[in-house]
Amino acid sequence: MSPLGRGRPARRAATRAGQYVALLCYLVFLAFPLAWLLSTAFKPARELASLHPGWLPDHPTLDNFRQAFDEQPLLRAALNSLTAAASAALIATVVATPMAYALARRRTRLTRAASGWVVVSQAFPIVLVIIPLFLVLKGLRLVDTLPGLVMVYVVWALPFALWMLTGYVRAVPRELEEAAAVDGAGRLRTLTSVTAPLLAPGIVATVLFAFITSWNEFFFALVLLKSPGKQTMPVVLTHFIGAEGVADLGPLAAAALLATLPSLVLFAFVQRRITGGMLAGAVKN
Amino acid sequence: MSLATAPGRRPAEPATGPRAAGGWFLVLPALIPILVLSVGPLLYGIALAFTDAQSGRTAPTRWIGLLNFRDLLHDTLFWESFRVGLVWAVGVTVPQFALALGLALLLGQNLRLRWPARALAIVPWAMPEIVVGIMWRLVYHPDAGILNETLGTGVDWLGGLSTALPAVVLVGIWAGMPQTTVALLAGLQNVPGELHEAAAMDGAGAWRRFAAVTWPAIRPVALAISALNFIWNFNSFALVYVLTNGGPGGHTRLPMLFAYEEAFRYGQFGYAAAMGCVMVAVVAVLLACYLAGRLNGDER
Repeated sequence: MSPLGRGRPARRAATRAGQYVALLCYLVFLAFPLAWLLSTAFKPARELASLHPGWLPDHPTLDNFRQAFDEQPLLRAALNSLTAAASAALIATVVATPMAYALARRRTRLTRAASGWVVVSQAFPIVLVIIPLFLVLKGLRLVDTLPGLVMVYVVWALPFALWMLTGYVRAVPRELEEAAAVDGAGRLRTLTSVTAPLLAPGIVATVLFAFITSWNEFFFALVLLKSPGKQTMPVVLTHFIGAEGVADLGPLAAAALLATLPSLVLFAFVQRRITGGMLAGAVKN
Repeated sequence: MSLATAPGRRPAEPATGPRAAGGWFLVLPALIPILVLSVGPLLYGIALAFTDAQSGRTAPTRWIGLLNFRDLLHDTLFWESFRVGLVWAVGVTVPQFALALGLALLLGQNLRLRWPARALAIVPWAMPEIVVGIMWRLVYHPDAGILNETLGTGVDWLGGLSTALPAVVLVGIWAGMPQTTVALLAGLQNVPGELHEAAAMDGAGAWRRFAAVTWPAIRPVALAISALNFIWNFNSFALVYVLTNGGPGGHTRLPMLFAYEEAFRYGQFGYAAAMGCVMVAVVAVLLACYLAGRLNGDER
């Protein structure tokens, strides 16, 4: 016992030190590209052209942001992204909430099939879906329009929205609903005054998450939107990269940073709820 | 409002009929878009693979049976791209899982820098893939990039034949860390703490405790997330599109990029749909083998 007793604190300290070193490595790996993007966005053109670029801008400037707005219709793109993402997020959540309720509370053949689809839809290669979607939307004259893109985004956001919402509904104790029913509340009344308030934070989180995924989406936007005035933020970002690679690093970094901000801010809000939802799902399994 | 509706509805409530019918009513708003814009196009896409559909052609589309698949069989460019796709998917998924597991275990410890690490580990999830790609282009930039500056080299990472694929794989690992880490963190909540302590009391080392207590508890989550990661990675598009657009010389041309070009640059809808079918089939077979192998391992 005694050699072990003497050996342990030292070994534990060594383990601790090892853990800190490992954590530091992770921090560096995760942070350095982000730091470089930030630094590039605020560097003046002269420093960007330097042969030995430094980690920090010597003379931080906002010129890159101004120039980014001059080079590409960023405002228009942001507005398009906002319209598409907000409509898709709201529609997807409104449509998914009743279904999530049914998935969580009933077990019928239909709900089982729907849960199965949620899983299977993750495995689709979107290339197999995008060609027919393109043809269908073309037939409806919805190619190169935001409503067409919104329709695609709604369906695209549905699986994850359903999955999140089902978890949130399960977290609302069935007993509460039953108690309300015993007290003489009708089905609608129970839903509006018992279930809905408890579900509200989850619904908000779902809307925000669907917004983020749609805001960030690139492939469908690339295929479906052709006219420059209709394109969304990620597609317009690629225009900064010329045929021979990156032309103007500063404005590119600045625009990329701007495109990330909304997602990042919203994600900070919902992060806890998403990880919480994942946790609930994992426990359920 | 509620006064008017509630009494009217209540007499019907006790019966099971309306509840069952209510199920349809609840499911329908989501089911219609799913059927029209997801299940429908999928079936349509599979059907297209057996036709000579092309963009902007005036002649009617004809059924051509397995001709697309026969052409694919001899299309060396496609199989080369398929190989690149598999290397990419495995090369990203495996290290991603190992790194995320390490990070999740570290975050479960009572360490001081946990908070910034947790925040940073989530950030890539919130970023548009295009921005992740642009960001790493700046890092890899031959002249103005920080990587060459730090290493003191002058390598054209994304343009070199031998460096392009590894460089792109590294970005894939970085970008997919958050989902994996968060899923594994959630799985770690299942680890029974008492069991861990008991094992420690019995003198089990860190590795023994991990193998005997932690791993069995997180195994289902680990299995699910690695399978999903493989599918997502195999089907990924935006990252590589913005990093190399498949170059140099097709060395990073993932199957998705290949099919996209075939469909929307050359207008070969039928042929591209056939590629999609082959991609689904191969991924399905690989996953079935993986999951079956793992489940057999469970029984032992």
